[in-house]
Amino acid sequence: MDTLRLTAEEAARLLDRGEASSEELHAAYRAAIDERDPELHAFLRTVDEVEGGGVPIAFKDLISTRGVETTAASKILAGYKPLFDATVATRCRDAGLPLLGKTNMDEFAMGSSTENSGFGPTRNPWDPERVPGGSSGGSTAAVAAGFAPWALGSDTGGSIKQPAALCGVVGLRPTYGTVSRYGIVAFASSLDQIGPITKTVRDCALLYRTIAGRDPCDSTTVELPQPVELPEADDLRGLKIGVPKELNEAEGIEPGVTEQVNKSLDLARELGAELEECSLPRSVDFGLPCYYLIAPSEASSNLARYDAVRYGHRAEGAADVREMYARTRDEGFGDEPKRRIMLGTYALSAGFYEAFYGQAQKVRTLIKQEHDALFERFDLLVSPTSPTVAFALGARTDNPLAMYLSDVLTIPSNMAGMPGLSVPCGLSEGLPVGLQLIGPQFSENTLFRAGHALEQALGFDFVPERLR
Amino acid sequence: MITRDEVLHVARLARLELTDDEVERFREQLNAILEAVGKVSELDLADVEPTAHPLDLVNTWREDEPRPSLSVDEALSNAPDREGDFFRVPAA
Repeated sequence: MDTLRLTAEEAARLLDRGEASSEELHAAYRAAIDERDPELHAFLRTVDEVEGGGVPIAFKDLISTRGVETTAASKILAGYKPLFDATVATRCRDAGLPLLGKTNMDEFAMGSSTENSGFGPTRNPWDPERVPGGSSGGSTAAVAAGFAPWALGSDTGGSIKQPAALCGVVGLRPTYGTVSRYGIVAFASSLDQIGPITKTVRDCALLYRTIAGRDPCDSTTVELPQPVELPEADDLRGLKIGVPKELNEAEGIEPGVTEQVNKSLDLARELGAELEECSLPRSVDFGLPCYYLIAPSEASSNLARYDAVRYGHRAEGAADVREMYARTRDEGFGDEPKRRIMLGTYALSAGFYEAFYGQAQKVRTLIKQEHDALFERFDLLVSPTSPTVAFALGARTDNPLAMYLSDVLTIPSNMAGMPGLSVPCGLSEGLPVGLQLIGPQFSENTLFRAGHALEQALGFDFVPERLR
Repeated sequence: MITRDEVLHVARLARLELTDDEVERFREQLNAILEAVGKVSELDLADVEPTAHPLDLVNTWREDEPRPSLSVDEALSNAPDREGDFFRVPAA
């Protein structure tokens, strides 16, 4: 079985026709993991039991799985075994999707390269000297390397879209509120969303259909206004697509990335879409600063729960409870969570709250208004997903601000609560380039339709060249 | 500019015992990050309402029906230390 090429839809067809069993599929992916994951380290742990008769799946390690260790790639959660399943895990279980394992990530989803994992980095299947992106880099590497036909990741500032782009796979950040966060290890609650990572847009729609919808356990969820449609059309007739110049001409976008994106835009025109330049004057300039105030502030609050009392790591030999908290948190958290806890605590502290957090929430209003205004004229917006192709391991680890810039193109629409789809659109320097399609809230069906049509026309080969 | 004392103050608020080396490194990095994010203060937003949440949801309810919950043993099963039916911690 060629796990590198098999899509989830094709795998489901094998099951339907009785040409393979769920156990055989699971075993084939496990064999691929055993053979090639020692090099890539996409998985933190694998699962032996095959539960359910469907197509196997991998979960980012911040999705709670009953009885299966869940760490969010943090040493502070090493050994933690949830007593319940996250709602997305329950939905996958109800759909019969057996779990292959839990994938690596930046600790607490804080990062853009998966190098911030407390358990060692993941490498890019296209070039193991390069990062897979992040924070869902384990899930995107697993799908690209044929270790899983599909996977779930999470996206706060770009953590599905950006690693999907860098690994040459499809990733959807859904509209905020369409997928339950119950049982997800929290990072920044007003931004965190779970979403699918797949080889094709149709697989993405299938998995989104499985996990989306209101959950009584998460009061921020809503029912989808329309059912998820599997895309069929191979044209873009009738679609108006905006090309925001700030997202397409931002400083730091590599010429090779622009070249591939422009080719896709030409193709979109040929497929019948109407394209027009437009502008998001403040969303791009102020998106990153706004994000790096709001997300760390929410993180500093969410991560206060790691107190060494109810679960997780505890420092030994503390004389009193305060020393236990402080030493546990110093030992258990890596640099990036500490940096964000410090930044968030500072931004929320007395005297600074209005100037930082309060002001950032108002900037968020402006960003949402700018997006809303464009969606009165356009069905979709388009840009590169990441300014660069996959970068070398270590290239940005010493400079937090350089790492933060990896998400400069994904953050603005995330702040506005809009869904975004990254579709591979070509190669630059032999590495995948991702095209970002952004729609108004609840426009996933339009994203799938456009993504599918472009995918068919582009004919991108998602199997990494060195593995063909 | 954040001073060393401010870094220590914030670390205390966040219950993080930082090493000397971390204090200095975070001081430098936080200053660089705060300078970049401080850009939000360039905008005059006196008349703009803040956005806390991307969807306009107000008071989402569900029926208040009892459901199964964790047993005491389950709730304690991940605890680093316990004594009988309680979480055990060093002296408060």
